[in-house]
Amino acid sequence: MTGEISQLWVYLTTTPLLWLTLTLTIYQLASWLFRKLGCNPLLNPVLTTIISLIIIIRVSGADYPTYFRGAQFIHFLLGPATVALAIPLYREIQLIRKAFVPIVISLTVGSLIAILSAVGIAWGLGGERALLLTLAPKSVTTPIAMSISELIGGLPALTAVSCVLTGITGAVIGDLVLKRLKIHDETARGMALGVASHGIGTAHALQKSQVAGAFAALAMALNGLLTALLLPLLISLLK
Amino acid sequence: MLGYLTLILLCQLIGEIVARLAKLPIGGPVIGMVLLFCWLLFRKGMPSELESVGGFLLRSLPLLFVPAGVGVIVHIDFLMKFWAPFAGAIIIGTVITVAVTGAVMQLLNQTPVTDQETHKP
Repeated sequence: MTGEISQLWVYLTTTPLLWLTLTLTIYQLASWLFRKLGCNPLLNPVLTTIISLIIIIRVSGADYPTYFRGAQFIHFLLGPATVALAIPLYREIQLIRKAFVPIVISLTVGSLIAILSAVGIAWGLGGERALLLTLAPKSVTTPIAMSISELIGGLPALTAVSCVLTGITGAVIGDLVLKRLKIHDETARGMALGVASHGIGTAHALQKSQVAGAFAALAMALNGLLTALLLPLLISLLK
Repeated sequence: MLGYLTLILLCQLIGEIVARLAKLPIGGPVIGMVLLFCWLLFRKGMPSELESVGGFLLRSLPLLFVPAGVGVIVHIDFLMKFWAPFAGAIIIGTVITVAVTGAVMQLLNQTPVTDQETHKP
């Protein structure tokens, strides 16, 4: 009997259905837990879901490509969802037009700070040149960051990892930082989360406020453009 | 519903084609977002069915980052080796970036919006 069950489990771990369903189920549980425990930022559902899945994959002896064969159906929706960010953007067009100058200034300052702080801190902590270049575009949405990384001589796969971790960090501690600094303006919250933590920050901003979500989406898109322009320029200046 | 899902995918597809042809470092989805935004500007109004398709996608947005996030598993050994510069740049760098960007925006913005006035998607 146990032999049959373990055989069944081995079979299931190779099917896309198991990993797709597990991802959805764990995410729902994580969201439920998050709300149940008073929305403690450390229990960010994205973070807890990723950690749980990594543990399950490791324990079950499956590998990432096997997992991804199921999870790719969720991953695919990331593109259309990014396109759909045009909706909150359009809805808040009046606010965005009114705040045009503050947006451009905070975006430019934020974009530079994101690059310089990442490179500076990694350098201070003993990172090598390749690692600094890998981390430089970490605040940009993953596909843009990967192409920038390739362009400037970083390691695109690790840039992708740093983007994900940066996004999660912003979603987990961003609101704590903003609260500490008494930043209650939702437009400022959106700009901060969008510039620092791209899509994951935007997703987080959108959970609480339509306005913050729209500004985060705008900040994410513009920061992608600006970093793609600024970073190669900064590097040629430093050479 | 299906019509607007098609529209969203079309925007992404055109974005992808433009990005490849013009060799832009920006991904197709971001260009697609600009295209859908322009379409909405041109149309001057939000169709309610687009709102429901988009609303579904946007409410699920955090979940959509999970598969890529689990990809960290492939690089755990590297992360363990260079954990200090990696963690430092990411955690401290993100705190500084959030703080500075938020502070500059709040300082300059003449039309602030507080939590009570906004609504969820």
